[in-house]
Amino acid sequence: MRHIARAAGAAWRFIAGDDWRLALGVVVAIGVMAALVGLSLNAWWVLPVAVPVLLWISVSRAARRRGPV
Amino acid sequence: MSGADLALAISVFLACAVEAVEALTIVLALGTTRGWRSALAGAGAAVVALAALVAALGPVLTSLPLDVLRVIIGGLLLLFGLQWLRKAILRWAGVKQMHDELLAFQAESRAARAHGATGSGFDGYSFSVCFQGVLLEGLEVAFIVLSVGANQHRLPLAAAAAGAAIVVVVAAGVALRAPLARVPENTLKLLVGVMLTSFGMFWSGEGAGASWPGGEVALAAIVPGVFLCAWAMAHRLRRIGGADGGDRGGAQRLGAGDAPDAGAVATDSGRLTVTR
Repeated sequence: MRHIARAAGAAWRFIAGDDWRLALGVVVAIGVMAALVGLSLNAWWVLPVAVPVLLWISVSRAARRRGPV
Repeated sequence: MSGADLALAISVFLACAVEAVEALTIVLALGTTRGWRSALAGAGAAVVALAALVAALGPVLTSLPLDVLRVIIGGLLLLFGLQWLRKAILRWAGVKQMHDELLAFQAESRAARAHGATGSGFDGYSFSVCFQGVLLEGLEVAFIVLSVGANQHRLPLAAAAAGAAIVVVVAAGVALRAPLARVPENTLKLLVGVMLTSFGMFWSGEGAGASWPGGEVALAAIVPGVFLCAWAMAHRLRRIGGADGGDRGGAQRLGAGDAPDAGAVATDSGRLTVTR
């Protein structure tokens, strides 16, 4: 059981990296895009808007956590 | 070969080269301090395992419906690309320590010496550290090769680009017999991050059913757009740091949340921590 938990943890870290919020945000953005396309909207613009915003939140949070850069 | 194929082959080559440089440092450190036979055996076993993984998963992935494949693969590339890009921005802004292959080599060598003397036979420690190091460094590249190859139905091209990178890095390592400290790893990681993020956005968008303006031509806007965003973020972080009175002064500090990026660090217990 412990081995399975360790393997699952390693897989999670491999996919999510240092910031799981960034990974979750990407998954949500792709989901929103698919949902809008399902409503007959050509929502190609979702990722070009969401990705820079998510990335900025992630890097600025990382910088803030350690005080002045 | 189309322009997109060429860009993908270059991305795979660069990603693989960067990871191969880091894996080479581990093998060199173990080989020079504890002997070459077990170190090379460990590295070779890991390369065989990675090749088997690509060979086994490649046909499975290519058999998936294209839209499903593109969402999964585009999403994975986007996640990997953003991880690379995030670290590159933090380094560029001076928030995170630059990767230093010489420091990584010294840390590996110290750990290898601290683990005790080697006998004349098989060195389990050396084999294990090299196997884990090469496997972990190569795993992400294997996924990138699989993703890029399966999506474009160009698995042989992606595998050849990865293989070429390994050959070049190993040849350089054998010639120099030292860690490849002069390879501009941090710049390469930034470029790979930009490419993976761009292709990840494009494919996951297409897989989700959206149509990019101009089709593949949109990549000509996405790639420079992602690069400019990364540059602007790094620039902004630097300015914020300066305005807050931070004493950057060229000294790049480590934060609490991110691991020191010294590559793969072997501990005395033989366990390995690998940072990308």
